[in-house]
Amino acid sequence: MMHNRKTAISAKNLNFFYGKSQALFDVTMDFAAHEVTALIGPSGCGKSTFLRTINRMNDIIPGTRVEGEILFDNQNIYDPGIDVVQVRRRIGMVFQRPNPFPKSIFNDVAYGLRINGITNRVELRDRVEKSLKAAAIWSEVKDRLNESALSLSGGQQQRLCIARALAIEPEVILMDEPASALDPIATQKIEELIVELKADYTIIIVTHNMQQAARVSDVTAFFYLGKLIELGQTDALFTRPRLKQTEDYITGRFG
Amino acid sequence: MNLQRRRKWTQFLGLLCIRLSVTVIAAAMIFMVIFLFINGIGVISWDFLTQQPTDAMTRGGIYPAIIGTLYLTLGSIIVSFPLGVASAIYLNEYARNGRMIRVIRFGINSLAGVPSVVFGLFGLAVFVVYLGFGSSILSGSLTLGLLILPVVIGASEEALKSVPMAYREASLALGATKWQTIRKVVLPAALPGILTGSILGVGRAAGETAPIMFTAAAFYTKVIPDSLLDECMALPYHIYVLATAGTHINETRPIQYGTALVLIGLVLGINLIAIVLRARIRRRQG
Repeated sequence: MMHNRKTAISAKNLNFFYGKSQALFDVTMDFAAHEVTALIGPSGCGKSTFLRTINRMNDIIPGTRVEGEILFDNQNIYDPGIDVVQVRRRIGMVFQRPNPFPKSIFNDVAYGLRINGITNRVELRDRVEKSLKAAAIWSEVKDRLNESALSLSGGQQQRLCIARALAIEPEVILMDEPASALDPIATQKIEELIVELKADYTIIIVTHNMQQAARVSDVTAFFYLGKLIELGQTDALFTRPRLKQTEDYITGRFG
Repeated sequence: MNLQRRRKWTQFLGLLCIRLSVTVIAAAMIFMVIFLFINGIGVISWDFLTQQPTDAMTRGGIYPAIIGTLYLTLGSIIVSFPLGVASAIYLNEYARNGRMIRVIRFGINSLAGVPSVVFGLFGLAVFVVYLGFGSSILSGSLTLGLLILPVVIGASEEALKSVPMAYREASLALGATKWQTIRKVVLPAALPGILTGSILGVGRAAGETAPIMFTAAAFYTKVIPDSLLDECMALPYHIYVLATAGTHINETRPIQYGTALVLIGLVLGINLIAIVLRARIRRRQG
């Protein structure tokens, strides 16, 4: 398996600063295509910050600075000539709290398509349906597409947000603790979905939940104090961590 | 035990003060409306609302003043709304905090504190004389528009601030540009708030006398204005004229009260329209 892996994204010597305080230290790692990579570590370890550097979402926070490279499709997405809008079209994101727009279910999913210039009604309808099916929520919403997205339950809202991200057909999906605001049943649905989606997408997921990382991911990266401590195949990392720090964290001795 | 009792007592006193304040404010408001109603309702009739004033304004109606005030109010909205919302978008979405922005903010806040008669003189100097619009609906609308601009900017900024960051992030993460995000997500979500806040400004524009007395309002016009460059009558100015400048101040008292009642009704009507509009937008967004 190892030798067939194609790298989708690489971070090279990535440093990140909020003003003067450094949040990431010299992070270098590859993300394989069509795999789920989990980023784990205690709160404040930089895993979410790292995730948000991959689609340049940190750009919108004033006073932040990046050093190093994120290579995607052989290009550094932080090169001055890169169009950040294009980067985000190809690298989608699902956030910690479900954040549907205050629009109808249909318009919520269609939003990304419309801003990308798709106005044909038939095509819109087809792609919205396809995305909702891919996010395993179609059967629950197909009769209420004109109702407000905010009328859905939290778990449904999060799957709607996944559908919305899928609609513009990104290559990579970043997920920032996508199930942490959800109940166990909704969480289980999201996890099943993640495993299904990796056939078509490269997925990078930040999670606080060790069991979740073990259940859904192929590769796990353990972060601590802004540094990448250990990176490995998930089953190996969880059963035979190489470093004491990793072992302490995954066995719950600190965190 | 003693502490318990004292806490209960202060709680009771605090609540009493708050309740009293609310009661005083509500009472003042209700008293004013009732007073105007009792004194003004007598002259209100279909003819009063639809006829010209006659006999040196001691009889007849106030139709031209109603139309004039509607024009001026609408004009001031058309002037201030786009300018105000655009400024608020710039200040809240684009501008980074710097010296320049602080100066601009200071300017806007100062503008809000400028007495309305100064706006009137400014309008006279700039719109009426310098730009040659004359005393006209155009000059009056521009002057009133500037007067309520700080209110519209303030309301719009508050409304934009209250749009959750999560909406912006969601939109940007889908590959929307900043402008697409503002136009399609942030503005629609902020619109009810923008409307609510701007109502205050509109109410003020409808009731102001000083800014229009040099720039738009006519003592008396026979005709209903048919061009932006015509003068017009206006309700607040009509009240002012009848109550101070006429030769029949006492005889026209009922007309003054009636006009004031109509003015209050008009402002209330504008507010109602905005409230209904806001509710409809909210319902559409769910």
